[in-house]
Amino acid sequence: MKPADLTNLADLLHRRSGLVVTPEKIPVIESKLAPVAQRFGFRDCAALFAELPHPPEELAQAITEAMTTNESSFFRDRAPFDHFRDTLVPALCAARADTRRLRIWCAAAACGQEAYSLAILLDAMGLAADGWKIDLIATDLSAAAIARAREGLYSQYEVQRGMPVQMLLDHFTPDGGSWRIAERLRRRIVFRTFNLLDHFGWLGQMDIIFCRNALIYFDAHTRNDVTAKLARALAPDGALVLGAKESGVDMGAWAPGATRGVYLKPRGPQLALVRRA
Amino acid sequence: MKTCLVVDDSRVIRKVACKIMESLNFEADEAEDGAAALATCRMRMPELILLDWQMPNMSGIEFLRTLRREQGGMRPIVVFCTTENDIGHISEAMGAGANEYVMKPFDREILQAKLAQVGFF
Repeated sequence: MKPADLTNLADLLHRRSGLVVTPEKIPVIESKLAPVAQRFGFRDCAALFAELPHPPEELAQAITEAMTTNESSFFRDRAPFDHFRDTLVPALCAARADTRRLRIWCAAAACGQEAYSLAILLDAMGLAADGWKIDLIATDLSAAAIARAREGLYSQYEVQRGMPVQMLLDHFTPDGGSWRIAERLRRRIVFRTFNLLDHFGWLGQMDIIFCRNALIYFDAHTRNDVTAKLARALAPDGALVLGAKESGVDMGAWAPGATRGVYLKPRGPQLALVRRA
Repeated sequence: MKTCLVVDDSRVIRKVACKIMESLNFEADEAEDGAAALATCRMRMPELILLDWQMPNMSGIEFLRTLRREQGGMRPIVVFCTTENDIGHISEAMGAGANEYVMKPFDREILQAKLAQVGFF
């Protein structure tokens, strides 16, 4: 990969997704883009790189999706899910007793495991059966990942990572050699392709936002911009949940919650600091 | 060091599972069927049992039902590790007193995740 190709790719990815790529990623870049080159009829990656300055929209989207990471698992890192069930949801339910409505957003939902993990917990808490309206929205930059999430079909390997077998029995049915999420849970989630660089306006105000393992791929400027938008999207007593590997992300004015990776929305003068970022 | 008994009629599976368990800081012993596993448990009850289903002499489910009636037999955490992957088998295993269920093939990551779910890490 020539230096100019890397520059062109970095520009494309940063413009479209905020993703940062550096020279040490070149071997990974080529392995991720080889299938795209083949799919679009290029003889090799070098031929695809020649198109990078002015790629057609479909190719640019395929390159961006191929370079994003869709790795996830059910109940990944466990602790944030325990905190969601034991602390965040009970506190917000107490505060929303009059409206009986909760709004939850998985902002980097990948192939849906995180959103379904939350749906499983909410199902066990019985809020919907108790008359609560729960808006659970799952978005991801990758249309392919969202299509998989919407399908709700997972391999045996995927369902075994992080999920107790009793939960598997309660919420999945076998489908060929795979496992399909229960339709009642699938219908509770709104899936949508969405770029965190775009305007959040359509989302409205959220009570809890899971945005795990996405900010680490951004540069500092993009990260600040996205966290400021996340703060604006949150209710005054809302919470943001980041990934376990994101403890190094500077969250500035945000107040850390009781569990690693959980942040409470900045208030008063602190919020103004975030808004100016 | 925590103790583990790997029960499987396949010598290869036993060796692989023992290696994984040793890498997770378990002292791993092995048995080739349910009857041999029961004899081992009567001498020294392990803290964890990884259990295959289909085995000669005594199957995994027969072993589990017998174990749970033995003195001290409720103590070990039992994780089925088997190719039987239908709901009927899983439900039967859980009903007989299994703590968790792993469908083959498995790897270190899956085993570690399952053991964390039953409180080992």
